[in-house]
Amino acid sequence: MADNGRIFQVKIITPDRIFYTGEADMIEFTTSSGQIGVYKNHIPLTTVLSPGAVIIHEAEGEKVAAVHTGFAEILPEQVTLLAEIAEWPDEIDKSRAEAAKKRAEDRLQAKTENLDVARAELALKKALTRISVKGM
Amino acid sequence: MASMRDIKRRRSSIQSTQQITKAMKLVSTVKLQKAKNRAEETNPYFNHMYQTVCSILKRSGTINHPYLKESASQKKAVVVITSNRGLAGGYNSNVVKLVTESGFPKEDLEIYAIGNKGKDTLTRRGYSVVSDDSAVIDAPVYEDAAEICKRVLKAYQEEEIGEIYLAYTHFKNTVSHEPTLMKLLPVEIDEADMTEDSNILMNYEPNDEEALDMIIPKYITSLFYGALVEAVASENGARMQAMDSATSNAEEMISDLSLKYNRARQGSITQELTEIIAGASAIS
Repeated sequence: MADNGRIFQVKIITPDRIFYTGEADMIEFTTSSGQIGVYKNHIPLTTVLSPGAVIIHEAEGEKVAAVHTGFAEILPEQVTLLAEIAEWPDEIDKSRAEAAKKRAEDRLQAKTENLDVARAELALKKALTRISVKGM
Repeated sequence: MASMRDIKRRRSSIQSTQQITKAMKLVSTVKLQKAKNRAEETNPYFNHMYQTVCSILKRSGTINHPYLKESASQKKAVVVITSNRGLAGGYNSNVVKLVTESGFPKEDLEIYAIGNKGKDTLTRRGYSVVSDDSAVIDAPVYEDAAEICKRVLKAYQEEEIGEIYLAYTHFKNTVSHEPTLMKLLPVEIDEADMTEDSNILMNYEPNDEEALDMIIPKYITSLFYGALVEAVASENGARMQAMDSATSNAEEMISDLSLKYNRARQGSITQELTEIIAGASAIS
């Protein structure tokens, strides 16, 4: 279907900039309760993001970005992602992400006394997201 | 009348002061431009955050959450954002005044200082300064705001403090900055903002409480971050104005002293001439 009936507004906003604004016919991202894909006329929903890839299906093709922590506001005509960090693949430093992944893994493996598991897992998730987005 | 040499010395000292103030004005003009752009870039994020929080709170009657109700603790935390350096006119003292004239009893306040000037002044006046993050004001990034926010919220959750305020300088435009004292927690939002929102029935995932749990800290962090970048812009704006008026005051003093100097010079020439003529006529 090439008509405009399926197109809706997508905005990704971070504290430092308007990361992305444009029109798409589908957007996929990861929420705290799993991956979701959103078409136009979705029910109004506010949901919490977890680190993961965002795939924006535009008319000309797909756009991929890494988004960490934030929330999404879904309205029938518009989807807004408020993210604390968002990166395009070319902004990701792969070697740094690999190093971060290793650090987080080591921390989880070592299981020291005062290990903040949630924090280490979040760091690991972020690193994995970066690596996978870079590889896409 | 002061001697010619004294006037000359004073004039050259004012001239070098003027050069310094002029240079400082130029520097802060450049910094202001940068800070202003950053403050503008933060706006869309903050506005959206505010709208979302508004729309959640519209239905908050049904939500029972510690962020929304009064806490038992009498203590109030005030995050005071000032600058690390002076020579910015009334910028720092205006923010400090907000705290001292807020009407809150001194014993109930816990100051989270960001910026040396505010920290020093408030310590001197006997307020209890519990934390100091003056380093972040030079180049505020979002992580700094998140870090401070986490600490303040922790104290709030442990009921060490019952209310959180933010004292900073709101950047209206280049020439007008407004010292502002803002209540962050428990969340209060203007009735006017609540009603104009459209009547979409929003769903929350995983559920209201958890979404709120997650969004309110982000909301507070975004307020902190917005306040930080606005404070930096205001600081440079205030310094620019202060230095501008210092430069023009110096200009005025220099022209005044130049006039005096020329008069003194003329006076001494006249005196010399009179003496010579008097001497000559005495001989003849």
